[in-house]
Amino acid sequence: MHIMEGFLPSPWWQVWFLVSLPFIVIGLYQLNKLVQEKREALPLLAVAGAFVFVLSSLKLPSFNGSCSHPTGTGLGGVLFGPCIAAVLGLIVLVFQAVFLAHGGLTTLGANVFSMGIAGPAVAYLIYKAGTRAGANTYATVFCAAALADLFTYVVTSIQLALAFPGTAGFLGAFTAFAAIFAVTQVPLAIVEGAVIMLVFKYIVQLKPEILTRLDLLSESTLNKLREAAA
Amino acid sequence: MKYGMEIAVAALIIVFAAVFLVQDAAIRASGEEAWGGADGAAAELIEASGYEPWFEPFWAPPSGEVESLLFALQAAIGAVIIGYVFGYWQGSRKTT
Repeated sequence: MHIMEGFLPSPWWQVWFLVSLPFIVIGLYQLNKLVQEKREALPLLAVAGAFVFVLSSLKLPSFNGSCSHPTGTGLGGVLFGPCIAAVLGLIVLVFQAVFLAHGGLTTLGANVFSMGIAGPAVAYLIYKAGTRAGANTYATVFCAAALADLFTYVVTSIQLALAFPGTAGFLGAFTAFAAIFAVTQVPLAIVEGAVIMLVFKYIVQLKPEILTRLDLLSESTLNKLREAAA
Repeated sequence: MKYGMEIAVAALIIVFAAVFLVQDAAIRASGEEAWGGADGAAAELIEASGYEPWFEPFWAPPSGEVESLLFALQAAIGAVIIGYVFGYWQGSRKTT
């Protein structure tokens, strides 16, 4: 669920556009470099983008009686980092804002930041930390994707609380928005983490060389994972 | 266990669906309306403070049917791409 059209007053909607802009610019630069230097990674990029399309279209019922949808940007964050994930998120958010009146053009900056940048950044950092510490790769991917999803909605709550502190102040408003967004998101985040973990397993099985090419997994870890699956 | 992870993920999704059914039954029994969007709930909270959205979407799906068509289309586009790429990889592994 994104911040809806017109629901961020000035100056907040401009602020979030400005914050998101550099990530998009760097993302476009990195994409350009990827296309030129690592063409074989393009199908993987398509998968990461398509995943955001699929997952963010599924509005799922959560346990507290309201619906929300997963983001799917965790996969892009793990594979390509937050800047490229921001570009993927931007495409989906524009589609939803224009055709579905879901999210909005004035709130695009804020929504790109929460879903395209903050979430994937968490996924990216968890993945890097996990692989460096030698943790189980699939468990790391699960945590990265699930927490990216959850953190997206924590950021959405922060953005709304900053714009609408009301009488309760920032913390009070944050608690109220987080109760709506983040709590709904917990079970969905777990499901999203599990699904992305499964997709990662298929990438390891079908196209392992691409993961070493992108410096995501070392040869030895990859061999271990493939032996365990065989 | 070759398909251990698949089974675990399937079990998780079944649990997710089961929790939904139990919750839904409880909510229906109490006669409340539920399962609206979280963004709608947040919008209500904001509008309760007297805020008026200052910008309207240029175009909104005229009905729930059209909206679900577009959401399904979005999912279908993504699913076709994922299926194509994984199928391509699978195929190229077999021929080399």
